[in-house]
Formats: sequence, C-alpha cells, structure tokens
Amino acid sequence: MKIAISCFFAGILFGGGLTLSQMINPRKVISFLDITGNWDPSLAFVMGAALSVTFIGYKVVLKKHSPLFISKFQLPTHNKIDARLIFGAAIFGIGWGLAGLCPGPAIASVSFGGTNSLIFVGTMTVTIFAFRYVNTKLQIAQK
Amino acid sequence: MENFSPITASLGGAMIGLAAVWLMASYGRIAGISGILGGIFEKNNNDKFWRFSFFLGLLVSPHLVSLFDVSLLNIEFPVEGPLLITAAILVGIGTQLGNGCTSGHGVCGNALLSQRSIVATLTFMITGIITVFVIKFTVGV
Repeated sequence: MKIAISCFFAGILFGGGLTLSQMINPRKVISFLDITGNWDPSLAFVMGAALSVTFIGYKVVLKKHSPLFISKFQLPTHNKIDARLIFGAAIFGIGWGLAGLCPGPAIASVSFGGTNSLIFVGTMTVTIFAFRYVNTKLQIAQK
Repeated sequence: MENFSPITASLGGAMIGLAAVWLMASYGRIAGISGILGGIFEKNNNDKFWRFSFFLGLLVSPHLVSLFDVSLLNIEFPVEGPLLITAAILVGIGTQLGNGCTSGHGVCGNALLSQRSIVATLTFMITGIITVFVIKFTVGV
C-alpha cells in the first residue's frame, strides 16, 4: 500500500508539472520545435528545471544503500550507443514533432483531451504491446 | 515569443524533477513514461501494480492543477486523423526501440549523465525540429 500511494504521488507530481508548464498542450510543444516560426522556448525551461532538480536529487538519493520501499535501485544497464538507439530516437522524434505529443502528456490528457487524446494513447499503447510481443518472439526464435 | 512562459515552465519542470527523484528515492525506478507503460505488457505480474498507481496519479493530476487555472486544460491538437495515428505509431515504435522518451532519456537519463540518453535526446530534438519544419511547409499546420 505504501508503494501504491508513493507511486500515485509521483504520478500526481509528474503530471502536475506537465500541466502547469503546459506541456500537455501539443500546440505548446510544436511552438518549441518550430524554431523558424513564432518560437516559444518554454520547453527548454521545463527540461532545464526538471534536469537540474533530478541531477541534484539523484546525487543525494543514489548515495543511499537502497530506496525506501524496495531492496535495490533499478538503473539502466545498457551503455552501448548503437543503431537501434539512434534509429528509435529518430523515429520517436518524428512522431513527437508530427503530433506535438510524447507518452507522458498524451496519457495525462486522456480524461479531458477528447477523441484525439484517446486515439493517440490507444494507438500508441497497441503499438507498444505489438512491438513487445514481436520482439519477445524474435528473441525466442534467435535462441 | 508572446506565448513564452518561463516561470510556470520552470516551476512545472521542477515538479517533474521532484517526481523523478521521489520515484527513485521511494521505489528505485526511473521515471520514464514509455518504459513504465511498456513494462505493463511484460510477463512479470509482480511488477505491474506500481505502474498503474503512477498512471492513476498522472491521469488525476491535470484536474488538481486546473483548480488554480482551468484554462490549462484547453489544449489544441495541430494534427488529427491519419497523421495523428501515424504519429502515435512512430512514438510507440520509436520509444521501444530507443528505450525511452522525453522523460526517460530527456530528464532521468541525462541527469545520470548517460551517454545513450544524451545521444537519444539530441537525436529526437533534431528529428522533431525537422519534422515540424517539413510539416509547416507541406501540410501547413
């Protein structure tokens, strides 16, 4: 229960930040990426502030032996920069620039963003599910 | 730059950062939305409850913030229909192939000074900017 409340609170804080900074508004995101138009640098401030707080916070937190409610920290273990990473990030960027939506804001907007939010989140979720399914099958086939 | 909102952007960004730090401090996880979502589809059933809890918070949060300013919920979708669906497919595939999105790589990974995240962030920023440029001069939205 502690874990549920704690993660729920993290979600509230995360989505609250997205809402306050208007990153839930696809138009606002596009205005940042539109550097040749009526440029709105707000997203850089969102990312800069988030990054600074996380950088300092992680430094403090990761000095501890373990998190509060579980035995160990789960940090990414990959460190190779490969074609898959670059290709994936490039494709993600195209989708992000096309709609002005990335996963966090899209999910946060589901309850008030109308059909467009539902279509985006629905399609994205089905795609992720299909991707993971195919990926697992391929990994099994390779073994 | 008349829509530039540096104060709410910085405050909102700081909240996102605090959320990421809290999730690490309490449950040892990276606050990467595409990763948290993707993990729901993995076989390990013991690892799902926290993901749903996080998403529930994410869903509720805009309504809490809107108590201060209801206009924050007025959002505008520049593209609809087939382009929106295409974008969602690209975001779905891209985040799974690249292991992260704006939150996982852009905030958490960069904060860990991960070289993978720095490369990913530069890549999606560049392709995002190019896409907006191309769309502006073709579809015109």
